[in-house]
Amino acid sequence: MKVIFLLILVSLVVALGFLAAFIWAVRSGQYDDDYTPSVRMLLDDEPTTNDKTAN
Amino acid sequence: MAQVDKFSYDNGIVRLFTYATIIFGLIGILVGLTIALQLVFPQLNFGIAEVTYGRLRPLHTNAAIFAFVGNGIFAGVYYSLQRLLKAPMYSKFLSQFHFWGWQAIILAAAVTLPLGITSSKEYAELEWPIDLAIAVVWVAFGINMFGTILKRRENHLYVAIWFYIATWVTVTMLHIGNNLELPVNMWKSYGVFAGVQDALVQWWYGHNAVAFFLTTPYLGLMYYFLPKAANRPVYSYRLSIIHFWALIFIYIWAGPHHLLYTSLPDWAQSLGTVFSVMLIAPSWGGMLNGLLTLRGAWDRVRQDPVLKFMVVAITAYGMATFEGPMLSVKSVNAISHYTDWTIGHVHIGTLGWNGFFTFGLLYWLIPRMWNTNLYSQKLANAHFWIGTLGILFYAVPLYWAGWTQSLMWKQFTADGFLQYGNFLETVTQIKPMYAMRSVGGTLYMVGYLVMMYNLFKTIGAGKFAAYEDAEAPARVTYVAHKGEHWHKWIERSPVQMLVVSLVAVAIGGIIEILPMVFVDKNVPKIESVRPYTPLELEGRDLYIREGCVGCHSQMVRPFRSETERYGEYSKSGEFIYDRPFLWGSKRTGPDLHREGGKYSDSWHYNHMYDPESMSPGSIMPPYPWLHKRDLNTKYTAAKIKTLRTLGTPYEVGYEQIALDDLRAQAKKIAAGLAKDGIKLEGIENKEIIAMIAYLQRLGTDIKPKSQANQ
Repeated sequence: MKVIFLLILVSLVVALGFLAAFIWAVRSGQYDDDYTPSVRMLLDDEPTTNDKTAN
Repeated sequence: MAQVDKFSYDNGIVRLFTYATIIFGLIGILVGLTIALQLVFPQLNFGIAEVTYGRLRPLHTNAAIFAFVGNGIFAGVYYSLQRLLKAPMYSKFLSQFHFWGWQAIILAAAVTLPLGITSSKEYAELEWPIDLAIAVVWVAFGINMFGTILKRRENHLYVAIWFYIATWVTVTMLHIGNNLELPVNMWKSYGVFAGVQDALVQWWYGHNAVAFFLTTPYLGLMYYFLPKAANRPVYSYRLSIIHFWALIFIYIWAGPHHLLYTSLPDWAQSLGTVFSVMLIAPSWGGMLNGLLTLRGAWDRVRQDPVLKFMVVAITAYGMATFEGPMLSVKSVNAISHYTDWTIGHVHIGTLGWNGFFTFGLLYWLIPRMWNTNLYSQKLANAHFWIGTLGILFYAVPLYWAGWTQSLMWKQFTADGFLQYGNFLETVTQIKPMYAMRSVGGTLYMVGYLVMMYNLFKTIGAGKFAAYEDAEAPARVTYVAHKGEHWHKWIERSPVQMLVVSLVAVAIGGIIEILPMVFVDKNVPKIESVRPYTPLELEGRDLYIREGCVGCHSQMVRPFRSETERYGEYSKSGEFIYDRPFLWGSKRTGPDLHREGGKYSDSWHYNHMYDPESMSPGSIMPPYPWLHKRDLNTKYTAAKIKTLRTLGTPYEVGYEQIALDDLRAQAKKIAAGLAKDGIKLEGIENKEIIAMIAYLQRLGTDIKPKSQANQ
């Protein structure tokens, strides 16, 4: 059953990794704006010279 | 104004993955339908070893999970990642390498699994050379993805990308953790963990394969393709962020709920239950976020088949993630485990959530990439209804079968005897439900064929452009505060940093802890439990080759209904030499942990040759090839050596005399059979002898004498 310690450790490492990623994300301003990203992703940047219609 | 970059998205790689998704979806369904029919008509394997149920079942699960859903993930990720980051993929070579490597792995699986080359650990059946190949291809995908993230023109990482990152990181860890094995030869290995430990690691992997292969990447796809298809932003971006972090933190702990009431220590079981119940919150948060995205657009759901498929997919996700926590409650699990309830549950997930979402994605993606309209909305609608009916006809009979059978297993008469003492009675009772289930599967496949026709017509009418031009301003990088140079460094290459630090920490942790696991003196040992004899060991490897674990558990739970039926409940100390563990997760046939000594050798001989000769009405396929083929003893010595390296106490040098022991035991069994009138030229060399030796050994180490003598 000692393997549970390995699993807990590895899981904690991943969880801590995710926590570090979360802290990085918050501190680097990833989540300063929690509305416009959801709208921005709807807009694809078509080349201005290309007259293809959207969608 | 900032400088505007001109670049183009690689649609060619998306096309390749799209084709692969469509083809492997059909294959996965076909194999699934075949084994579903084999449960009703066991003769459907035509006496061919390679297509028996036990060997095809892992082929079906691997095809559905890694070939169909896997290629679907990659198609969706390669399409959305480029657009969300406003950058083409980091490396065209790595994209191609990823695609062809992944298909080669699928091909290798399709060849090795029917040949019986398997580790028998669910969803991790592939043997070690293929495991290595998976690792290489997966790393190539990772480098390509993170490289693209680093080259991005969009500073903000949209929530979908977070889901992709979590998928990559966690699957890497799980794949390595569950495939730590020592090769015997090119196509056989033994895992470093045995018995209870192996079971725990396997289900830590197995559950999170569901979590991080079938769920998180698809949630990422949901957060991209659903808003795109509905042309409106996700209901709450804030909720999506909370959904993401909460889900990944909790999911990783839920594995032990696959081992409730087994020999796994209670506290580990409770840990699994608690986290599984908590999971409902983030799961339903995600489901609601998806469904509420369509608020005010429900009229379009009525019109647009893409949205229809996605809505049913998300609803199926909600149902499965409600059911999951419920099944993790011990009192519910006592009824549901080992029955078809579990099979119904996972198919709501795969057919409903993964399948339907993939269909929605394909109906949306293909017209866009081929610059045309969908060939027929009508056919897409037809597919939707046939598919939905298919899921219902599939799942409902299985729920019914699960409850029926479980209640029959547990039913006692007024006098305190098992009402259905013969296991077979509980199987024949649910055979009609198995037949109904294949009807559901057939419907689902018909819908799929309609989709294939519709999509290929669309492709035929359209014009594909391998590169789609786009333009976007270059990324304005975040400027760090002065005087904090370590911080500044993190900000300059955050993703690199994240990955490197994770890898570093993980390696450190593994190096520190692994020796502790290997030098394990803490498993509750039972004095009378001995390693397998060479013949039993070879028999066990045949049991693994034939995939017996697909239908037979080896874990008697501590319920009166089980100890009455099978014998003494299983103890963790009995499994310390089991590499891999063979507890199983489904009882299509009875549990075999206390099989040893229950029947005579000749009963097993005849039963394996033709199960119906001993149990009329049995749906177990015959295994006549065991009676024809000679046992391969070429690797017996190597197996003994490998197992000793892993900790099984075979004496040094035993491998040199192992074959003598093997032959002596085989002769004894052959002589016993001869006494019962079973004579066959060279019978003592046949595989069936090893199989009998193993079956007769099962669970006898601690069997009380009074029972053994009965």
